[in-house]
Amino acid sequence: MFWKMLNGALVRRKGKLVMIAFAVGLGVSLATAMLNVMFDVGDKVNQELKTYGANLTVVPRGASLMDELYSLEGDSAEPPRAEKYIAEADLHKIKMIFWAYNIVDFAPYLETAVKGGGQEISLVGTWFNKHLELPTGDEVDAGMNGLKTWWDIRGQGGDDADETGVLVGEALALRLGLGPGDSFPIESLDGQVGATVKIRGVFHSGGVEDEQIFAPLKLSQDLSGRPGLVQKVEVSALTTPENDLARRAAQDPGSLSRMEWDTWYCTAYISSIAYQIEEIIPGTRVKPVLQVAESEGAILEKTQLLMLLLTVLAMACSALAISNLVTANVMERSAEIGLLKALGATNSAISILMLTEILITAFIGGALGYFAGLGFAQLIGHGVFDSAVEVKGLVIPLTVVLVFLVTALGSLPAVRMLLRLRPTEVLHGR
Amino acid sequence: MNILELRGISKIYGQLSALSEIDLDVAQGEWLAIMGPSGSGKTTVMNIIGCLDKPSCGSVVLDGQELSALSADELTAIRRDKIGLIFQQFHLISYLTALENVMVAQYYHSLVDEKEALAALDRVGLADRAKHLPRQLSGGEQQRVCIARALINYPSIILADEPTGNLDEANERVVMDILHQLHREGSTIVVVTHAPEVAAHAERTVVLEYGKIARIVLGGDPSKAPEVGEACGAGA
Repeated sequence: MFWKMLNGALVRRKGKLVMIAFAVGLGVSLATAMLNVMFDVGDKVNQELKTYGANLTVVPRGASLMDELYSLEGDSAEPPRAEKYIAEADLHKIKMIFWAYNIVDFAPYLETAVKGGGQEISLVGTWFNKHLELPTGDEVDAGMNGLKTWWDIRGQGGDDADETGVLVGEALALRLGLGPGDSFPIESLDGQVGATVKIRGVFHSGGVEDEQIFAPLKLSQDLSGRPGLVQKVEVSALTTPENDLARRAAQDPGSLSRMEWDTWYCTAYISSIAYQIEEIIPGTRVKPVLQVAESEGAILEKTQLLMLLLTVLAMACSALAISNLVTANVMERSAEIGLLKALGATNSAISILMLTEILITAFIGGALGYFAGLGFAQLIGHGVFDSAVEVKGLVIPLTVVLVFLVTALGSLPAVRMLLRLRPTEVLHGR
Repeated sequence: MNILELRGISKIYGQLSALSEIDLDVAQGEWLAIMGPSGSGKTTVMNIIGCLDKPSCGSVVLDGQELSALSADELTAIRRDKIGLIFQQFHLISYLTALENVMVAQYYHSLVDEKEALAALDRVGLADRAKHLPRQLSGGEQQRVCIARALINYPSIILADEPTGNLDEANERVVMDILHQLHREGSTIVVVTHAPEVAAHAERTVVLEYGKIARIVLGGDPSKAPEVGEACGAGA
């Protein structure tokens, strides 16, 4: 009989229940959208922030020590030249660490001084868009084109296939009176090696790079006499915001307990990614660009907090609407409730009947709201991040719990009214 | 043997005394009418007899059980087991069929038995309307469903509050015929009404005025009633 009464109420009073389903659906759709975006916003914001540069620098361990010693002595003096290098052949290993899929891009650099246009010029060899085939069978493209996306390039971008094609900094190009398409000769300082390079593009970086030439790595290695070597590698990685554990690990991974170490190693903290790169390319030191990492963490946390607040707000509004609608529903059905009490139904029996009816309605509305929310999430994803938001399975149980809580809380005033309702007040109206 | 005994029943709402020192006995199988103008306390009496309300003082004994000291839940159980309620406004659940409306009373009493519920509808001449919703039934038919619902759990006493108040003359006759039939079968019936022609069906009529029993009439027209105490059946 319980199900007959429930079915009768749901089927024959559906018009009255539609508003409750709508209120729940609206709240759930917003919550679903916000939660999906919130869970995905980390990757999205990270991806966005990656367009502003690398957050890890890989240097030879010896060079790193020299740099640190130098920085202790003061900034005014010239740093001693670090004659330590990383083998170019090892660089692909960066994409083979545990967090390989979090490595968005990386580019090696080998700087050398050359003569050109009658003056000494800094030439930096790099990968622009190097295609790599990994031993794992994966294929990736890595290089500066993906790391320096904010560079404003006049002409063409760099291309590894063009062995003598270079990018020239805006200030240097102006000084030399050169532009895209121009060719000019350069040679090593000792005059032993020379080449004629063609300017593919002139870039504006806003930094010291505007005084440099960026050339394919091979050219730089030839001119400097350091074949197969690079000085440093910039890595852009998707990371998890740092916390106390990550900060302790960054100082000394050995200080962690076994469980802490596992947690840290298996989380994409910038320090654990750095550690894993050092593991896979021995003799290197990986230095996080902490300012960038911390800014990313802060922006991420604030964005997620905003999403969470919007979710809470949406559900609170939903609870208020449900509260009003369910209370109106109970008031409208006061004679029916009074009758059930008069027939011998206990308060708990009537409450269970009413709450089940409201919950079923809420879950139907919630299910529709969930799918609408997925649509909203995609709208947000495409509108804000220009990409789809990944649908997170975790949102489903969260939504179920939210619907249950919001409906139960929203129904509390109505249940209190229902418990207080006396049959004598509603059955003898004349 | 009395199925119901009221002794010194008073009901006070704030400063207002709705009932004052009412004594009343109802015998097993008796048909009693309670009459009175609006505000005389007849609905209050019905609520107290029907375990829908508790008196401010006095004792109520229904079927040998003292009710005054019972909790709300215990009164609910008494109401479920011993009382059949008929309302002026029928109070059928709008989204349940006539049959399901009868079965609701079974559900909260014990077990649902569709055949028995159908038999109860047949008893009031509505077996062929069992699957109809209340809005598809006339007022008289709705009241008959209400009567079938009141009967379904074999109550000790049937309380009818203005059972014909919303019916036309033809339907009033049908409903009263059913009540007569129930009475003949041994049911105890208490009808609250302001209509002398309805009260005239009863064996005894209690007339309330200002919360007190003004007079008690043995059948017939209450306007010709003797003063309180002249008729038998009033409490001590």
